Amino acid sequence: MNERYQLNKELAQMLKGGVIMDVTNAEQAKIAQDAGACAVMALERIPADIRAAGGVSRMSDPKLIKEIQKAVTIPVMAKVRIGHFVEAQILEALEIDYIDESEVLSPADNTYHIDKTKFSVPFVCGAKNLGEALRRISEGASMIRTKGEPGTGDVVQAVTHMRLIQSEMRNVQSLREDELFNKAKELQVPYDLLKYVHENGKLPVVNFAAGGVATPADAALMMQLGAEGVFVGSGIFKSGNPAKRANAIVKAVTNYNDPKILAEISEDLGEAMVGINEEEIDLLMAERGK
Amino acid sequence: MRIGVLALQGAFIEHQNMLNKLGVDAFTIRNLKELSQEMDGIILPGGESTTMYKLLKDLKMESLLKNMISYGLPVMGTCAGLLLLAENIHNFESAFLKTMSITAKKNAYGKQLGSFKTLGTFNNQENIPFVFIRAPYIEKTGKDVEVLAVVDDKIVAARQNNQLATAFHPELTEDLTIHKYFLSMIKSNI
Repeated sequence: MNERYQLNKELAQMLKGGVIMDVTNAEQAKIAQDAGACAVMALERIPADIRAAGGVSRMSDPKLIKEIQKAVTIPVMAKVRIGHFVEAQILEALEIDYIDESEVLSPADNTYHIDKTKFSVPFVCGAKNLGEALRRISEGASMIRTKGEPGTGDVVQAVTHMRLIQSEMRNVQSLREDELFNKAKELQVPYDLLKYVHENGKLPVVNFAAGGVATPADAALMMQLGAEGVFVGSGIFKSGNPAKRANAIVKAVTNYNDPKILAEISEDLGEAMVGINEEEIDLLMAERGK
Repeated sequence: MRIGVLALQGAFIEHQNMLNKLGVDAFTIRNLKELSQEMDGIILPGGESTTMYKLLKDLKMESLLKNMISYGLPVMGTCAGLLLLAENIHNFESAFLKTMSITAKKNAYGKQLGSFKTLGTFNNQENIPFVFIRAPYIEKTGKDVEVLAVVDDKIVAARQNNQLATAFHPELTEDLTIHKYFLSMIKSNI
């Protein structure tokens, strides 16, 4: 395996047990870092506002990204449209720490994802099942997250995706070795990646939860379901008291198995983001990029 | 022998696996109660130092941990763990536990594109794999601090009595040299 890819997977290992927060300016980035975020995602509009605004949603202004990079010492991530390898080249030129090839933005290509093996900076990609996860890894992603349903404050899709990925992995583990070839064909994934799952019962890269996490309990739920960390998008800066909520979610991810601590930190957090139900939304972002 | 691994955030499972390979009983520490158990040594893993320190304070673990280290508990800090121990961090607003007489530079090799792997010499043992992920290095050492590894003229591992700090990640390799060294520190302490 190439050394750069290995180092990129290892950066994701350092993020484990942490919370990656969406921020739209340097001030929010600082609040996120002070609240204990292990990385920030720099973007012009959080998913809830992207939904509200409609239209085409693109990579953020490099000026904004640079301001955020200057404001914090934790890793800075940013999103590019699915398949938009030039946006990715631009982010690489900015020395971004991680690129999220994200269904939250409008896809730039209806067929092809970015060939991520051509880049030195790492990529994280969304997945809603094991097939998508392994295809993204074969394209060079060094970290996976569930797609969930971004900008809704509704955790149901993240739960569905995490449960599905986990149960598909248990199924792959239970197969006979001579059945793996056909399974690879069914899932449309490379055999060697499937074999890794068969032998290890996990993805060959770190797997986070994302899309709809709004409360400490949501974050702990995703961790108990097998997530190695959590992305929180609209849930923080769309809530009544962002710093307090951010801090509580950070603590929830660390002590996700301790209901007493979870009860303490869930107290008096102010208004959660209002949220919209998946049945009320016209656009399912999770259906972008398969 | 029992060793605790601080598990607030970061790559703590990797350290547990290394200790298990050496036949050592390792347990994770996520809160004050778990920190209050008996242990022969503690590992502060890689991850984000700002996240870990925030949690150490919020979960009221900071002063106990500081006391344990001051009273001689063997501690190994890797990457973020080195930053937690450092008395000074020259390019950051403040330092954290400040138990070890070193001045560190945070993100000293720049962003993720500056991450690298190399072979180095640790305590006169050659060809040890060093993995640096958005790593710090040590700019200055105080008295009683023994330099254990240098890469490109920068100090990347050091020891002060019961405290061992590395800028790189031994837990991301198959090489057990650094963990064995830490165990020998513990054995001479018991």
